[in-house]
Amino acid sequence: MLMENKAENKAVFDAESAKEVVKELRDSFVTGKTKSHRWRVTQLKAMLKMLDENEPQIVAALRDDLSKPEFESSLYEIQMLKNSCRLALKEMNHWMMPEKAKTSLTTFPSSAEIVSEPLGVVLVISAWNYPFLLSLDPVVGAISAGNAIVLKPSEMAPASSSLIAKLVADYLDSSCIKVVEGAVPETSALLEQKWDKILYTGNGRVARIVMAAAAKHLTPVVLELGGKSPVIVDSNINLKVATRRIIAGKWGCNNGQACISPDYIITTKDYATKLVDSFKCELERFYGKDPLESKDLSRIVNSNHFDRLSKLMDEEKVSSKIVHGGQRNEKNLQIAPTIFLDVPVNSLIMKEEIFGPLLPIITVDKVEQSFDLIHSSGGKPLAAYLFTNNKKLKCKFVETVSAGGLVVNDTAVHLAIHSLPFGGVGESGMGSNHGKFSFDAFSHKKAVLYRGFAGDAFLRYPPYTPGKLTLLQALLSGSIVGIIRALLGWFWA
Amino acid sequence: MLSSMEKSIAELRETFKNGGTKSISWRKSQLKALLQLINQNEDSIFKALDQDLGKSPVESYRDEVGVLKKSVTYTLSCLEKWVAPKKAEVPLLFFPAKAEVMPQPLGVVLIFSSWNFPFTLALDPLIGAISAGNTVLLKPSDLAPACMSFLVETIPKYLDNKAVKVLAGGADIGERLLQLKWDKIFFTGSPRVGRLVMAAAAKHLTPVTLELGGKSPAIVDTLSTTPSKAKVTAKRIVGGKWGPCTGQACIAIDYVLVEEKLASTLIELLKKTIKRFYGENIKSLKNISRIVNKHQFQRLVNLLKDPNVADSIVYGGSVDEEKLVIEPTILLDPPLDSEIMSEEIFGPLLPIITLKNIEESIDFINSKSNPLVIYAFTEDDTFKKRILSETSSGTVTFNDSMVQFLCDSLPFGGVGQSGFGRYHGKYSFDTFSHEKSIMHRGFYPEIEPRYPPWTDFKLLFLKLAYQFDYFGLILLLLGFKRS
Repeated sequence: MLMENKAENKAVFDAESAKEVVKELRDSFVTGKTKSHRWRVTQLKAMLKMLDENEPQIVAALRDDLSKPEFESSLYEIQMLKNSCRLALKEMNHWMMPEKAKTSLTTFPSSAEIVSEPLGVVLVISAWNYPFLLSLDPVVGAISAGNAIVLKPSEMAPASSSLIAKLVADYLDSSCIKVVEGAVPETSALLEQKWDKILYTGNGRVARIVMAAAAKHLTPVVLELGGKSPVIVDSNINLKVATRRIIAGKWGCNNGQACISPDYIITTKDYATKLVDSFKCELERFYGKDPLESKDLSRIVNSNHFDRLSKLMDEEKVSSKIVHGGQRNEKNLQIAPTIFLDVPVNSLIMKEEIFGPLLPIITVDKVEQSFDLIHSSGGKPLAAYLFTNNKKLKCKFVETVSAGGLVVNDTAVHLAIHSLPFGGVGESGMGSNHGKFSFDAFSHKKAVLYRGFAGDAFLRYPPYTPGKLTLLQALLSGSIVGIIRALLGWFWA
Repeated sequence: MLSSMEKSIAELRETFKNGGTKSISWRKSQLKALLQLINQNEDSIFKALDQDLGKSPVESYRDEVGVLKKSVTYTLSCLEKWVAPKKAEVPLLFFPAKAEVMPQPLGVVLIFSSWNFPFTLALDPLIGAISAGNTVLLKPSDLAPACMSFLVETIPKYLDNKAVKVLAGGADIGERLLQLKWDKIFFTGSPRVGRLVMAAAAKHLTPVTLELGGKSPAIVDTLSTTPSKAKVTAKRIVGGKWGPCTGQACIAIDYVLVEEKLASTLIELLKKTIKRFYGENIKSLKNISRIVNKHQFQRLVNLLKDPNVADSIVYGGSVDEEKLVIEPTILLDPPLDSEIMSEEIFGPLLPIITLKNIEESIDFINSKSNPLVIYAFTEDDTFKKRILSETSSGTVTFNDSMVQFLCDSLPFGGVGQSGFGRYHGKYSFDTFSHEKSIMHRGFYPEIEPRYPPWTDFKLLFLKLAYQFDYFGLILLLLGFKRS
């Protein structure tokens, strides 16, 4: 169907091809096929089957692309996807039901409801770090909302991209769900078309391009981006548990290459040494004396990112601040968990999102100063974390730190709570998904008002008189007393 | 050197940063002040609307002053509820964790309003932005200059100048504002300008709400029921076309779809109603607004220039260029490819399109881009269901026109070319808020299998945990399950 720009004799996927794909999907959508509850259920069940029957292949593709440990692939990609499908299958009936809306005296007699309908033909552009999860989870949402879908997986995870293309073609309804593989040219061709919604997961630079392209067609977008997710570590906590949870959220998630990875730590000068020691202890317990030998760490995705991370590590005022790790293997694209203490706040590693296994620790005199530091960094990150037992600090954190999502005393787990909307704010994105929020993201909530013919308020219509004005004032206020009074005044006038 | 515009915005940002707009008491005081502004200046508001658009006080009250008062009062009564964090369910696996969603203001927001409802479309979004705790720059439309001046002069007298600012000016000011970084842009206007707004917003990844328009049709299927229902239908169509700013409204009825055999009945009813409401001819026209300016007047007159279109006029058609008045005009079956049937009319011209069978209206509507509203006058429940499931629009209103605007519990917004995002009631609060997810955990208990080195046992444990298969977990721990 849709070809990559590989060999000369293979067709190029250009704007014409993209137009044809959209037309085909729009024709399918117009038949009403994707709207039926049965179609949605069939597709979601097929996806579950797809995941069940291909676990080893998925794990292998992720190993190829990212050296992702089987554990992470199994849990954070496959299992989370299955959960998503199961939740949608269980709740979809409920999500699809119209929601009753209250009506007031002003429009009496009337009844109102809000009906969810699919937006139509939607585009999902996903990222390379969780290639299955970030491709198929939005697809689950789009299917449950009844849309036709084009999925563009990231070319930076090529084994995963091609496996996704194959599996989707084999298991799902190709007349309504298609995968287009490729890089910039193919993505640009897709972005030129008119979509009813675009969901993009990735970085801020490309997000701007996506939104600008969407603007031409007035297409609404969901942008799931990233940022520098800070971790504030207070004293008087269970340091061992806190350290382990930070490690799990940082190096345990694709070796720091995750949008909600703890990016950097802020702690007090007094506590820093204890924290560093705790990290050293737990990191060794988890990954052994030589982390480059551990099977439980992903590698860096490609040499571009390896070079980028090396540059961050090697910056003059930063390289001297390494207190743990620093080992690298360029051939295998490996970087060991590396901790820095007190790098300058204007260093590169503190300016851009790290997205890798480097963890700077910044120290302050008093833990409350962390908030100023976070605010002065400017951007609003996707997540922010705090480890503390201090109630006041928790309150201040929750009220004042602006981020997509906050977690107190853990990292990353809020992803597993489907009742929480997952999304960013400011530079970390717009819109949200997961669970019902995905269903909503791909739906139009249509307002419906039912009126009868009784009760026609004559005072809506001309001729407009002062008396009518008084009555209208009462009617619009919705106050029954006011209305009765005005009516009485009208009749007795 | 910062321009005065940039200085104003810097002040808005500073106020927001210092938490000046955060407290519920501040928000309530601003909303109360806004209510006072409206209450104490009703006459000036009526005067400005009459000057800019020829609106009568009743129309002004019905569509602007009354709507705003209702909106502020409703918001004041619900604000505490809306601001409170909402609990979210947490799976047993994470016990004793807590989760909640807390609405937070976005920051410094920009509101562009339109000229046809210069007060409602400026102040209703403002109510939402303030209630959500933001600082606001309001840019009213200069095409309603008396209303714009009123807002520029009066808002500073009632509201907190450090947090709410109004900027006068035209398209050039709008363009300059769009170059700057905002935390949200709320735009009401045409799709053409909507595209420019979104493209500018993309540079800063600013979320936008676009309230646009389209050709909102009225399907008429009730003329063959009782005479009284037919009369009410006609009244509601006339009221929904020429009532709001003489058709210059995003939710005005743009055109009517009716069965061939009922067309003449409809036209007769409409004529009677128009004469009763507005007068017999253009000389004695009353209770109706005028066209906003020469440019719009010319645009509307041009729609009638096509001889095939002019030939289809069955009522009205007279224009008064000096007074910028076009009388209520009805056209019967103008050519479907004429401009009047492809562009949003936004004026007092009402095409009536006849169909063999009223069910054809669904395909007809679907051949055009998604409108803001579909009005359907019908008592046929099956037909209603078909309209709901086979068409797409921002809103559907059965058996009436315009009133959906007054429902605070219904989201007001478009889909497709008619826009995205929504407001009114709590939706206004939400549109200017960020819903922040928060999860609280304790240090105990620990789920050991999260941590490396990973083993098959840990993998199985977590698989069961992820499926919330607590029974399976117990079996595993007791040794009854094997990897």
